[in-house]
This record gives sequence, structure tokens and C-alpha cells, in this order.
Amino acid sequence: MMTLALDLGWGSTLAIKTLVIMLLIPLGALIFGWVFLFKMMAHMQSRLGPMDSGGFHGWFQLIGDGIKFMQKEDIFPEKADRRVMALAPFVVLLSTFLVFLVIPAGPRIVVEPLDTGVFYALAVSSLSVIGVLMAGWASANKYALMSALRAAGQLIAYEVPLVLAVVGVVIQAGTMNLQGIVVAQQEGAIFGWDGIGHPFVLTQIVGFALFMIAAQAELTQPPFDMPVAESELVGGYMVEYSGFRFLLFFLGEFGTAFAFSALAATLFLGGWALPGVHGGTADALGPVVVLVKVMLVAFLMFWARFTYPRMREDQLQSLAWKWLIPLALVNILVTGALKVAF
Amino acid sequence: MVAQNVVFGVLAAAMAVSAIGIVRTKNIMHAALFLVVVQAGGAGQFILLGAEFVAWVQVLVYIGAVIVLFLFGIMLTRDPMTAEESLDNDLKWPGAAAALLLAGLLATVLIDAFEKEEIELVAPTYTRAITNSIFRSYIIPFEIVGLLLLAALIGAVVLARRD
Repeated sequence: MMTLALDLGWGSTLAIKTLVIMLLIPLGALIFGWVFLFKMMAHMQSRLGPMDSGGFHGWFQLIGDGIKFMQKEDIFPEKADRRVMALAPFVVLLSTFLVFLVIPAGPRIVVEPLDTGVFYALAVSSLSVIGVLMAGWASANKYALMSALRAAGQLIAYEVPLVLAVVGVVIQAGTMNLQGIVVAQQEGAIFGWDGIGHPFVLTQIVGFALFMIAAQAELTQPPFDMPVAESELVGGYMVEYSGFRFLLFFLGEFGTAFAFSALAATLFLGGWALPGVHGGTADALGPVVVLVKVMLVAFLMFWARFTYPRMREDQLQSLAWKWLIPLALVNILVTGALKVAF
Repeated sequence: MVAQNVVFGVLAAAMAVSAIGIVRTKNIMHAALFLVVVQAGGAGQFILLGAEFVAWVQVLVYIGAVIVLFLFGIMLTRDPMTAEESLDNDLKWPGAAAALLLAGLLATVLIDAFEKEEIELVAPTYTRAITNSIFRSYIIPFEIVGLLLLAALIGAVVLARRD
């Protein structure tokens, strides 16, 4: 959080921090849902998307949809495990909520600059699979169960390259603290030239590619959307959900996309850092800079999502274990050797 | 210090209730989900001790991978929805007695050893210190453990292969 002139007690600080993060998820999900799902996807497919509600390019459509979902009845199947099924969307959302804790938006704008930063973010993002398994199992529906099994296999497989892809960045920055990684990119130099600092996307391009592919799989977005494949599993673990709880899954999906884009922007594009901008100015500009970089990363992510067809289950597993993980290990070895050599 | 004690009490109570839930429930899925709460409480206790890195390893490895594999295995092999009577049988009374005995023994030993002594909480351990000790002072034990795990992995593959 920004250090304000007035001194707040820890209680009010905690309340403000919680409120800010709780607002970030629906806000990020709304922006992503509207810009990418409604507008970018529509234009890539030569159609307009919703245009009427709210005036400018149908900006109110998604909010209207949200209000519609909240009015709907909260339905549980007769044989479902009601308590587990009711709790599952909240577990998914909690994991997204916790990731935002460490993402910095300025030199002093961060909720908790944890020493373990990026490791913490990846650890809590892995909690969402518990929620998916709970949802798929408790729904008492065979499509949902199949989907949960697929999701578990996929998320475990892609957790490994996701973590390994980040190791290269951590080696180069010399810290796991996200704030430290941003500063390392701002203060760094590429072979002695420090005109634009040292965004790690330039030297860690392999790590960046691995991170984006693994994040795409963690988000179960096409081409890795077997767990929710609507043409085979009719929506997978979400099939029995309705109303508000379905809305939570939707928020979770796009909120997590926002969180992973923010992580990628921080790790590889330098987060809030602009060359030559320091101190108070960086604090003021930081959130805007981060948002621009997040939108850039997310554009790549959704571009792949709307372009490629779904892979097969065995192709997905062999891609992770036979290609991405060995490549990530080689990347770590090379980065380590170069770090020692220079 | 008071705040830490309160948080410890809350976490310990949640862990104890969930741990009893694990052995009491007749639904094996519920047992696995209770185990998530116990592991998360364990991570919380590590944070209270200033061991942040260990706490997140607990979350990533135990909750994010081991329990997910448990759930995965249960969903693959069991009839998913029905409760199993065999999970709650007559051995529960000897079990409860053994648990009480163990708790009494541990409590006696701990109270006898420390009495009213207050243990100073050390400052949080930073990741840099942990990595330095692993890769400098304890590099050989670390490599040996790695080799052991690799051997176990290869052994598992050999046992599982049919051809």
C-alpha cells in the first residue's frame, strides 16, 4: 500500500488492503472479459460482439450479465454433496485473491512485499486445483468428475514448467522478492548498455515463452481447455453450477488470467518500472504502467486462446513432460552458467 | 507475543478439529479435504515461527501436489459419492485411548522440559540464508538426498512397467 501522510492503525490498514484486493479481482475480470472476450474475440472472428447495452460498444453488457446471474436460483443436484459443492468456487477465488498480495504497482504500492514473493505467488495459485476437484467431485455428475480428473492431471503437469520457467529470472535478479525483481530490471544493464534498463524478456525469452505456455494451461484456456471442453464435457466441473456460484467461477477464470498476466508483466517486462522514472513519480505512474504491460501480456495470452484449436489429452501431457520441462531445465543450466561466467 | 499466542491457539484448534474430522468421517473425500485444512494450519504455524519459505513449500508441495494426487487417486478408484461404513469401525476406542495417551505423554515431557521458560522468537529467516546453508554448508547431504529420490523414482518406474 502507498504510505500515506496520515498514520493508520494496523486494523484499518488491513481493512483497506483487503478491500483493494477484493475490488481488484472483479475489476480485472470485468476489464478482461469485456476487452478480450467480448471485443477482441468478436473482431478476430469478423463480428461486432454486444454493441447496444450502455452505449459505447456495449460496455455495460458484462455488468448486466453479472446482475442477471445474481438473480438466478442457486441450484444443487439432488445427490450432490452440498457443503463441498457450495464451498468450491470460494476456494478457487481465494487462490486468485492471495496472488494479488505480492504484485507491486509502484516502489511503495504493494500489499505485502514478501521475501519469498514469486514462490509464494506460484504456491497459492496452485490451490485453485483443490477447488476444481471439489467442484467436479461434489457435483455428482460424470462429466464434472471426468473434467476434474483432467484438470488435476493437467494442472500438476504444468505446475512444474511454470515454476522452473521462473527460476531463470530469479537467478538473474538474485532475489525472489517481486519488488527486488522489478528494481533489478530497472537498474540493470544489457551488456553494459542501460538505456532501457534490463527487462528480462530480452535475456529470458525462453523462460517467458515457457511461462506463457504453462500459464495458458494453468488457466485451462484453449489450446489447453480439455477440462472445460464444452463440446465433450459440456463445460466440465462448472456444469451443475448456476447463478451466483457460476459467476464466481467466471470471476475466478478471468481474475486468475489477470493475476498471471500481472505476474508475467512483473517478472519479464519490468512491472511498474519505466526507464529513468524514480521515487514519487514512479509511485504515481506505476499502476498505469503495470496495467498497460498487463494488457500487453494478456493480449498475447488471449490471442493464442482465440486462435488455436484444442489439443488432445496425450499431446498435452507429452508437451509438458517431454518438451517444456527439459527445455526449462536447460534454460536454468544455461542461465546459471552465464551468471557465473559474467 | 500475545498476538502470536492467540493466532497459535486459533490455528491449533482448527488443526485439531480437522484432524479429528479426518479419522471420524465416513466419506474418504471429506477426509482428504480435512487434511487440506490441517496442512494449511501447519503452514500457518511455520509462518508464526518466521519460516516463511518452509510455509510456502508446505503449501506448494503438500496442498498443491500431494493432496491433489490423493484426491486424484480417490476419484479414479472409488465410487465417488457413497459413504463407506468400514472407515469407522470398533477400533476407534483403542485409537482414541492411544491418542490421549500420546498427547498426555508429550504434554508432560514438554512442560517438564521448559516449564515457564519463554522462548524468544528469532527474526524471520530469509530465503537467501536458507539457500546459502543448503548450497554451501550442506551441499553433500543435499546432493545425496537428491540421488536417493532419483533412485526411488527410477525404482517406481521399473516396478510399474509391465513390458
